[in-house]
Amino acid sequence: MISIQKKALLAMVSAAALGAAFMAPGVASAAAPAHYTFAMITHGQPGDTFWDIIRKGANAAAIKDNVKLIYLANPTASGEAQLIVNVLQQNVDGIALTLAFPDSLEPMVKKAIDAKVPVVGFNAGGDNWKQAGLMSYVGQDETVAGEAVGEKLNTEGVKSAICVDQQQGAVQLEARCDGIKKSFKGNLFVLYVPGYDMASAQSRIVAKLQQDSTIGYVVTLGAPFAPTALQAVAMSGSKAKVGTFDLTPRATSLIKAGQLQWAVDQQPYVEGYEAVDLLWLYKTNGDVVGGGGPVLTGPTFVDSTNVDDVARFAKTGTR
Amino acid sequence: MTTVTQGVAPPLARRQVAPQALWKKVLKRPEVGALGGVILVFVFFYCIAPPFRQLAAFTTILYQSATLGIPAVAVALLMIGGEFDLSAGVAVTTSSLAAAIFATQVFGNVWAGVAVALVVSLAIGALNGYLLVKTKLHSFLVTLSTFLMLQGLNIAITKLVTGSVATDDISTMAGFNSAHAVFASSITIGKVNLSIAILYWVIFALIGTWVLLRTRVGNWIFAVGGQGDSARAVGIPVKKVKIGLFMLVGFAVWFTGMHMLFAYDTVQSGAGIGNELLYIASAVVGGCLLTGGYGSAAGSALGAFIFGMTTEGVIYADWDPDWFMYFVGAMLLLATVFNGWLRARASSR
Repeated sequence: MISIQKKALLAMVSAAALGAAFMAPGVASAAAPAHYTFAMITHGQPGDTFWDIIRKGANAAAIKDNVKLIYLANPTASGEAQLIVNVLQQNVDGIALTLAFPDSLEPMVKKAIDAKVPVVGFNAGGDNWKQAGLMSYVGQDETVAGEAVGEKLNTEGVKSAICVDQQQGAVQLEARCDGIKKSFKGNLFVLYVPGYDMASAQSRIVAKLQQDSTIGYVVTLGAPFAPTALQAVAMSGSKAKVGTFDLTPRATSLIKAGQLQWAVDQQPYVEGYEAVDLLWLYKTNGDVVGGGGPVLTGPTFVDSTNVDDVARFAKTGTR
Repeated sequence: MTTVTQGVAPPLARRQVAPQALWKKVLKRPEVGALGGVILVFVFFYCIAPPFRQLAAFTTILYQSATLGIPAVAVALLMIGGEFDLSAGVAVTTSSLAAAIFATQVFGNVWAGVAVALVVSLAIGALNGYLLVKTKLHSFLVTLSTFLMLQGLNIAITKLVTGSVATDDISTMAGFNSAHAVFASSITIGKVNLSIAILYWVIFALIGTWVLLRTRVGNWIFAVGGQGDSARAVGIPVKKVKIGLFMLVGFAVWFTGMHMLFAYDTVQSGAGIGNELLYIASAVVGGCLLTGGYGSAAGSALGAFIFGMTTEGVIYADWDPDWFMYFVGAMLLLATVFNGWLRARASSR
């Protein structure tokens, strides 16, 4: 029995070692030793295309600026707060974070500022970053982006629409739906779907379209849900059109094919890139970009008129 | 005098026993409680949600139930055999990722990917069973470990191979159309869209029920889950049964994974987390005991159906979306309590 357990343990350990060997060694630095170490902390769910693009942008900036980048993510408020403590103990030279849970993160941000570590915000927290004491903020104003979508729906004469939210309770997603509500003259219904369970997402969208036949538009808050929404529309026999926030290569090809109407692009690659670059500019040149206001990366609409230009970059996973 | 009493007594006794045995036979079935729950939830939403009454709505509900119900049949058999599988949710994603990656990066044909994915899924099941039998740890712990390891591997390997965290679109590849037809086609009858997954779900539930009630293996599963030591003493291959049950879950998970892949063309590597609890919940609502040795395959289908009706019903009823999860949880709890109450009444009678 004991020997069997030992064997199993040995197998586990060697499996773990094998796993470690596979792990990518972070950002491969250039020939010269890195000047600074920055940390990027997000609330992204692991295995989500959107966050992967942000990370690619951040890595590109880290290589160009010759800094070491530590990327950490936890989708919960307490988890993200704990990560700030963790990187402060590692004595990083700057922190870029998503302020998705402002109240929980503020005390930790204060700690970082007290320790003279510059902190910039990106992607989430457009309404709270100043109050939390962040140096700058780069991203899309989600409410403004939502309003832009609402206006678009108005010009198309839509009476009723649904907003498909894949993470109930995340402030930046709520802000998008609220933005649409603000400017949209028709009825907006928010539909929550669980994480990345496509079968559930599809069934729930179909159910909503069957429940209310006046719905003229389905707006998804994550691009991976756009193809699912299109299928749901076809299945329910509804005439609704589909638009989405954010981009994926698949969404780009659907816009090209004329099935998906548009995507609101906040350019996650730029968000990741700029967040690291802002820290580098501050450390090397004392620059604070934005002059007290946010540095906006969106919203830009990708539709049939400009999709060809975007598609080239979407293929490499940077748009 | 004596001849009269002798002549009357036996038929009287037979009449008393026969109807009661029939009652008990029906009402003591594990899935009866779940059937009560199904009727309760159905009548409830039928009354308050007008769209719920349409045939199209019914097929949407069946589809949602089928995607949970297919793995739930295997999970129910495993639970009757006395074990848990927490890795089933992410293993679905593992299977579809394996198929997509091997198809796009290695073979150039989706059917080869499908075959590799089957091997991978069965191997994961066998590994779960083997570790369980060899280490003698509780299956909760063994499968929790594989759950976490698969979760990491899904993301890490996908990223290592494809350079991003989602797989490439496979819908233009060789063999896609035939694979789509097998795993994810749908038939449109009038205005109603019926997914083939529903058909498979019903077939799997029937096969599961037949195996449990009519075959020797079925008897073994009940014996292994209820009285492991006694089962071993009478010569039942307990270890083989357990490993086999985990591989059965592997098969169901593979099947679900193939459906997800061919129905939605790409897979996000973070998907599937949390669904294992829904499979287990379906099995338990359907009458499986958490301690093993008791339950039914048909019941797991009814359990999945209750969950499907509840999640879709809340939308058809047009309730405030902020309360969505609360409503789903509350309805499930109600259905389960009602289910238990009905079962208790049935067995006391």
